[in-house]
Amino acid sequence: MRFSFRSGSVVLAVLLLMTGCAAVTLDADLNLTPEMYAQRQMQTRRFDTTDEQKILRTCSALLQDTGFTIDESETRLGILIASKERDATDAAQWAVFIVGAFFGVTLPPDKDQIMKAFVTTRPVGTEGKQVAVRVVFERTVFDTEHRLKKIEALNDPKIYQSFFEKLSKALFLEAHDI
Amino acid sequence: MTSDRLKRKILLLIPLLGLFLLLAACATTHDRLLDMDTSQVQLRSIQSRAFDTTDKEKTMRAIIATLQDLGFMLDRADYTLGVVTASKARADSMQMQVYATLRITVTVRPRGEKQLLVRASAEYQRSPVTDAKPYQNFFNSLEKAMFLEAHQVD
Repeated sequence: MRFSFRSGSVVLAVLLLMTGCAAVTLDADLNLTPEMYAQRQMQTRRFDTTDEQKILRTCSALLQDTGFTIDESETRLGILIASKERDATDAAQWAVFIVGAFFGVTLPPDKDQIMKAFVTTRPVGTEGKQVAVRVVFERTVFDTEHRLKKIEALNDPKIYQSFFEKLSKALFLEAHDI
Repeated sequence: MTSDRLKRKILLLIPLLGLFLLLAACATTHDRLLDMDTSQVQLRSIQSRAFDTTDKEKTMRAIIATLQDLGFMLDRADYTLGVVTASKARADSMQMQVYATLRITVTVRPRGEKQLLVRASAEYQRSPVTDAKPYQNFFNSLEKAMFLEAHQVD
């Protein structure tokens, strides 16, 4: 009895904390920060070509190959947006969930996720002889009770390296850092 | 005689009251759908900037690049209409961060012969953003991508 009271007050404290902090704010999220520039660096490569449309076509084929569905595109502006829904089950989280259940704490594990890709291309260089490609990935995670658990940008450099390696193979062109 | 007239008056009042109630319900929906809280002219001036260029494609590309820099996910873009819509939503229940979303629509149209007018309108947590500061920040970010100065318009 005493234990459940204690865990109850912990949950209450957590709930109180949760009300205070928004993940996106008007003050912070329309300002460019040095971290944002670092991210641009990681998410962008240049290719020696003048054919921007070919790059977009190859990107859409690559996204299709990796199971994405194209949601929106505008060739004139060099844009591709794609998404896919996948399983998000994580063995470690299930372990925590099962152990937690013994102590009366429920931490529902991740279940589903929606992954999104946002690709932009633009001609760069003094005479527009190169095309810069930038891709951003983010995901939305739901737990086993279909509640929204997380929306996050994917910031692992390996993801981006792997994307550009595949793109450069498909284009027969070398990818340069910006 | 007098009571008869009174009765008739009351009978007339009841449907009138009903009509008022109905109208009141309509008004709230109308207010939300086409609401104009701040003076429309003032808001337009907060949300707009003029750039000394006529290159619509370059301007729209700069807007999209800025939004991508800011971590937004693009929802829609139409060159012909000159419209870009993007949103940024984040949440993390493990780190006690509650769901929050910021949506923005940016439009580009010609202003006179030598300028383009860029207007941004944002929505944060289901309310329109009417403060000048967030728009100021956005246009500061956009200026850097445009390599052009953003002029305040009246």
